[in-house]
Amino acid sequence: MIGAVLIIAALLGAWELYVDSGGVDDLVLAAPSQIAQSLWDDRGLLASNLGVTAQEVGLGLVAALALGLLLAFAIHFSPTLRRALYPLMVGSQAIPIPIVAPLLVFWLGFGILPKIVIIALICFFPVVVATIGGLDRVDPELRKLMRTLDASRWQTFRFTEMPTALPAALSGTRIAVAVAVIAAVFAEQSGSTSGLGRLITQAGYNLDSPRAYAAVVLLAAFAVALFALLGLAERHLLRHRPRDPSR
Amino acid sequence: MENAIELAGVTRRFGTLTALDGIDLRVDPGTVVVVVGPSGCGKSTLLELVCGLQTADAGTVTAAPAVLMPQRDLLLPWMTALDNAALALRIAGRSRDEARDEARPLFTALGLGGFEDARPYELSGGMRQRVAFARTFLAGKPVLCLDEPFGALDAMTRSDMQTWLADALAQQPRTVLLVTHDVEEAAVLADRIVVLSPRPGRIVDEIDVAVARPRMAVDESVVAARRRALEAFA
Repeated sequence: MIGAVLIIAALLGAWELYVDSGGVDDLVLAAPSQIAQSLWDDRGLLASNLGVTAQEVGLGLVAALALGLLLAFAIHFSPTLRRALYPLMVGSQAIPIPIVAPLLVFWLGFGILPKIVIIALICFFPVVVATIGGLDRVDPELRKLMRTLDASRWQTFRFTEMPTALPAALSGTRIAVAVAVIAAVFAEQSGSTSGLGRLITQAGYNLDSPRAYAAVVLLAAFAVALFALLGLAERHLLRHRPRDPSR
Repeated sequence: MENAIELAGVTRRFGTLTALDGIDLRVDPGTVVVVVGPSGCGKSTLLELVCGLQTADAGTVTAAPAVLMPQRDLLLPWMTALDNAALALRIAGRSRDEARDEARPLFTALGLGGFEDARPYELSGGMRQRVAFARTFLAGKPVLCLDEPFGALDAMTRSDMQTWLADALAQQPRTVLLVTHDVEEAAVLADRIVVLSPRPGRIVDEIDVAVARPRMAVDESVVAARRRALEAFA
């Protein structure tokens, strides 16, 4: 822990020295001290914009999770859907979101809806892929056991397949959470009236690099907090399982 | 009395490999038949045929509803021991609480009292096997197919488990088809021993063990049955 703090302090110190000694114009790269100053001076502005982005990310992740799990279950139950949907899903990941995003804004307006759609579109994929992998990994012997106990298809799913897939689904969700914040920034840059992504764009236009970096710091902190929150949820959901060395 | 299990001329192949060849086997209700044979002689296949998990390539299989206790205990790691034991009851439509209540007497009778809320990974091998047995038993089917139920246990635990299995069956008789590679286990548990040959599995001997229970491994007739089974291998 102390080691980590020292490393971060050293990195920040080097950055500060680099900017202060005139190695770079501080219009281009703000020094940590300027960023800290902006974090404090603009705290009201930053907080209200963080609130907007956090809401987008939260709702977008919920949508991504719902879409991802639904697709995974559908694909798991139906070989036809597997053949039809898998290529479509993979194809959807080739859509260049920054180019399509403005079109979505034309279509869905400047409100929160296009942001949720864009975040869900970017984040559902890791959830689907990981969950399907988990569902496929059920021990065939366990399926046999469920058959001799006369379990229905649904009961086999509920008692064995779903719990088996849970750790994998959580791993997929981790990836989704990690990219959700970037997805929100994309979405805001394509047309919005508030949010940290938009604030970064605006500060850039105004050559206010301390404020732009302050918003980035806040975004990063938000992403880390979200990730930690998911870690807690994960530990709670898997609390009764034997420790898996891969976790 | 009608047979609980009847196999007539049953053959099972996997590709070019013949696992079971012309098996004729009749099991009376309420009796314990133990199938012994070397590894890979198709013992597990035989059980899966009786449980309807596989179909015969030739011959006919008729059996009363049968439940399989697989070689591995296959307890669900995310459920407590009691919930695992009660799984069949939940599948039959009971709520979690009803299933737990219904499973509790057997759970306690098997010496698992106090471990209701333990997770499978916290239990010893013998206890896990007993939970798996409770789960099998509570499926409520007239025929139990047990696949090497004590195979993974050390000798001491194994002998204890054989005793409680005999006790459990004395209290609630079921038709049991048990496979093992342990001839002594067969002689201690069986009303009849069926000896299978190495691949392809054929019945080479059937030995009636008419000895009152409880039996000891050193009882004279048990030793005799054991010797005869061993001779059938040779």
